[in-house]
Amino acid sequence: MSEKHNIIPVWFFVGVLLLVYGAMIFATGIYEVVHPPENRVVLYDLHANIWWGGLLVILGLIYSLHFWPAKERARKEGKS
Amino acid sequence: MISLFAVFVAPKLVPHLAGVDLAIIVIYFLLVLGIGFYLKRFAKTGEDFFLAGREMTAWVAGLAFVSANLGSLELLGWAGNAYQYGIMAAHWYWVGAIPAMVFLGLVMMPFYYISRTHSVPGYLKLRYGSEASALSAITFAFMTILMSGVNMYAMAVVMEVVLGWNLHFSIIVSSLTVGVYVAAGGLFSAIFNEVLQFFLIWFGALLIPILGLTEAGGWSGMVARIHQNFPGQDFTHLWGPMNSASNNPMGVQWVAIVFGLGSVISMGYWTTDFLVVQRVLSAHNLRAAKLAPIIGSFFKMAVPLIVILPGLLGRAVLTEHLVPGNQAQPGQLKYDDVLPLMLARYCGPGLLGLGITALVAGFMAGMAGNVSAFATVWTYDLYRPYLRKDAPDSHYVSMGRWCTIIGLIISIGTAYLVTHSKSMMDYVQALFGFFIAPLFGTVLLGMMWKRVTRMAGFWGLLCGVGSSITMFTLMKLDHRWVGVFCLSPLAQPLAQAMWQALWACLTCVLVTVLVTTVTEPRPDQELVGLVYSLTEVPHEEHATIFHTPWFWGAVALALFVILQIIFW
Repeated sequence: MSEKHNIIPVWFFVGVLLLVYGAMIFATGIYEVVHPPENRVVLYDLHANIWWGGLLVILGLIYSLHFWPAKERARKEGKS
Repeated sequence: MISLFAVFVAPKLVPHLAGVDLAIIVIYFLLVLGIGFYLKRFAKTGEDFFLAGREMTAWVAGLAFVSANLGSLELLGWAGNAYQYGIMAAHWYWVGAIPAMVFLGLVMMPFYYISRTHSVPGYLKLRYGSEASALSAITFAFMTILMSGVNMYAMAVVMEVVLGWNLHFSIIVSSLTVGVYVAAGGLFSAIFNEVLQFFLIWFGALLIPILGLTEAGGWSGMVARIHQNFPGQDFTHLWGPMNSASNNPMGVQWVAIVFGLGSVISMGYWTTDFLVVQRVLSAHNLRAAKLAPIIGSFFKMAVPLIVILPGLLGRAVLTEHLVPGNQAQPGQLKYDDVLPLMLARYCGPGLLGLGITALVAGFMAGMAGNVSAFATVWTYDLYRPYLRKDAPDSHYVSMGRWCTIIGLIISIGTAYLVTHSKSMMDYVQALFGFFIAPLFGTVLLGMMWKRVTRMAGFWGLLCGVGSSITMFTLMKLDHRWVGVFCLSPLAQPLAQAMWQALWACLTCVLVTVLVTTVTEPRPDQELVGLVYSLTEVPHEEHATIFHTPWFWGAVALALFVILQIIFW
């Protein structure tokens, strides 16, 4: 099996990035609910950062866990 | 110089970035650099560095393929064009992309893939010989460096206008980052970052149409507001206002859209621009290579949701008065500012950082894509055949790394050339017209007609490029030429680019056919694997209908037709 088969899949990096960003955006949304800002964006009352951040966290978790490097390696070794 | 001056003194569109926004941007930079260093160990051979080891799945190659064309220049430029011209700008995403992407996957990809070429000029070398290949490689290298510089400059301008960042700071940080990660991992790095960018752009921009439609009261509410704000103008129909150039803000007839955009510019760009074709060549087998552009076509069809719709929503909800880029006075907002304006309108802390990061990622991916394609074409199509033929593979990898750095340095120099254009996309379209449209004629004739000769390929391409540059220059120097080439003096720059591409491609085809009739063809055995009638494309064995490229190509085309009918 070539060394390149052991490359961490790009989907794992996507998952980690979405997870980290989602957590940060979600936490910011919660903070804004507790401490409402003076200058508010249009449709502030929809609290988009909470549900959008939550969505990113869920997708990030799915991608990170599904494409976890050790799991991927085992899957590829099983195929070959 | 007015537009350049306007950039330096324009107010910030986003008054303040929170700590979380800056953290999101910094994390992105750290991640791409980390990925670059991680991938360096896998980019050892020429095939690794220049073609990502031909190890990519159809999904990764497909996303990278469409993502290479989803840079921030595209996003900002087309959102601005949607604000200016209305939904007609979506033609560049639908008729100007989908048929060509399906055509690439089903018809042209087998020839590129079976010939095992590293690049489009590489295919021309096999099919026509060194003359056409060298001409194509030189023009392509010139175009990619120019495009990389455009991306770099555009990013610096946007960061200054949107965030108030220093122009030179943005150029230095972005070029250093791109230089490090592409020089380290080659096409591996470029593709990984394009896939990341794809997700960032979607998740960073998708909130704009969602919240915009919520504010406007849905699609019908948005249309009603546009009619109320701009009475008597049609911004919401694709084909209806195309029967005459005077009926639409673009000044274009359907003939130019179908034949100039759909048949020449689009086909030329998606099937012969090596920047995008290189992504598909990285696929791990022929079926993946055929599927990749078709997978990309589905995502391409959806892109108007995050690009065109925000531009239209800008017409409906923004109270600011936007003007064309070349008419903007200091402090005035331009069409191309519509996307950052909408971002700042709806996105608070965190989401704003995500949106800005998506723009930064798009710009850097644009630079990386151009620089990696430049390094490949320079190394394999110019340096190896003409300067050093028999060096070891490691030498060419090393040359590729140096090319990346040198390419970026040249890009920085060219970045400052971009000052005179009505909008950024007009400039890009002008470049496409120069090189891409005639190249499509040359490649397609070479693949489909075995009689075409070596010198016919070269002279056809040269005359096509020459005619394109001549038309562009004449139309810029004297507006009367617009009426001659575009059949209407009302044609706007985008419409001019379409006609220019159409005539350039026809010139190329005509000259190629004429020269072919008076020169000797190559023997058939030399053209096996390069020409349609002499190549046996491997069959899809043991694949169900749902796994065949033909099935998904047909689905993509059916969806495309449905979209045209819905928005007619």
